[in-house]
Amino acid sequence: MASAANAMHTKTAGRQGLATLGVALLLAVAGYCALFVAPTEATMGLIQRIFYFHVPFGWTAFVAFFISFISSIAYLRSRAPRWDWLAVSSAEVGVPFVTVLLVTGPIWAHPVWGIWWTWDARLTSTFVLWVLYVCYLLLRTLIDEPERRAVVSAVFGIFAAFDVPLVYFSIWFFRTQHPQPVLGAGGSLDPRMLDVLLLCWAATLALLALLLPQRYRLEALRWEVERLRSGGESHLQDELSPLNKVRSI
Amino acid sequence: MALARPIGILLAKELRTEFRTRELLVSTLVFVLIVLVLFSFTFDPTTTEARRFGPGLLWLALLFAGSLMLHPSFTREQSNDTLVALRLAPIEPVSILAAKILANFCFLLVAELVLLPVFAALYNLRILPVLGRLVAVLVLGTLALSIVGTVFAAISSQARMRELLLPLLLLPLLTPALVASAEATAGLFEDPPALAPVWVGVLAAFDTIFLTVTWLFGEYLLEE
Repeated sequence: MASAANAMHTKTAGRQGLATLGVALLLAVAGYCALFVAPTEATMGLIQRIFYFHVPFGWTAFVAFFISFISSIAYLRSRAPRWDWLAVSSAEVGVPFVTVLLVTGPIWAHPVWGIWWTWDARLTSTFVLWVLYVCYLLLRTLIDEPERRAVVSAVFGIFAAFDVPLVYFSIWFFRTQHPQPVLGAGGSLDPRMLDVLLLCWAATLALLALLLPQRYRLEALRWEVERLRSGGESHLQDELSPLNKVRSI
Repeated sequence: MALARPIGILLAKELRTEFRTRELLVSTLVFVLIVLVLFSFTFDPTTTEARRFGPGLLWLALLFAGSLMLHPSFTREQSNDTLVALRLAPIEPVSILAAKILANFCFLLVAELVLLPVFAALYNLRILPVLGRLVAVLVLGTLALSIVGTVFAAISSQARMRELLLPLLLLPLLTPALVASAEATAGLFEDPPALAPVWVGVLAAFDTIFLTVTWLFGEYLLEE
């Protein structure tokens, strides 16, 4: 039995290692293409290459938060714990992705716009999005009972998801400095730039696909530990209770 | 409407509880007053500055007040487990939330109406010519604050560190409402006064969206 479980474990670990290697390789190729293959932009020069990290991480983060939003609704409707695991995993993986977006943004903005930060629609709504999901994760640490935590944080997650477009539109009426979207909306992008951009997006999506299931498994295990611990304690008390001692004698 | 009667009864109960102690009303009044006075003599604004920044400060003060004062609406029910009794009643759970939202809306609006002349005096603003439009903005903005504030009070009452948690959850989420109500109010003090339909639209959209979300998902917060 034990050796079979061990063999199974080694097999999963091996597959996991292979997937990690594949994603690392894909990210390296994407990074190489962004730095050396894509043509240099005419006015902004080399600094524009940060675009190939900035935009894909942003798009992928929005995919992650969208998964979290849908899972929150699915949890409230079905009450299956797996939806809660998916909601928290995608939110927690999404936060560092948005952090990359918020860090690479100013690095790119400073030489090009002359400022690090401005309260523009996209910047503000991304910042509020980041704050809201950090609060979401904080809220989860402050509720101990797993089912309460799942319900309450799902409701908060739904409120947060509806808030982000409202932030966007309310700031949009001020003024917007951020460039308009490059895809759709009549944007023009060199085909080679587009290819590299899509390759970089594929690489970040692969990173998400690598991290998300791991975080999901961790949450599932944590749930199991919490369940065992709450059951386990009462079990322990049974053994220590005076009545049991008398019985054993 | 099957909801109207339970909401009316629960609203009367909320108002009665509040007017026995008046703690929410008085603390909101005093808090906003202190903040407005402090802002006023820290910056000592000229008339143009007061016109530009006064409305933003007023809304910021109201927002802080809301995030500090709204949590009793659920913690008050916890001390005697009265929420359990409310849930046992044969009514739609969402009517409990709706009554609390309406009650908080009334308290905040009464506080604002008392504060308005003080605000006008401190910041040297003429409110009488624009009173009707100003009240409309106050109603929409306060509704936004009380919807999200009450729902998040229900959320934070179930967590540890609840007094600290409510402002953390509430303030970022209210960003669009803050921007819209501050800009709409500032427009009223410009020369000539103008109420931008855009900001009224943003506030109305905010209220509608979050009322709907509360109606759809709010009842889950009241389960045991």
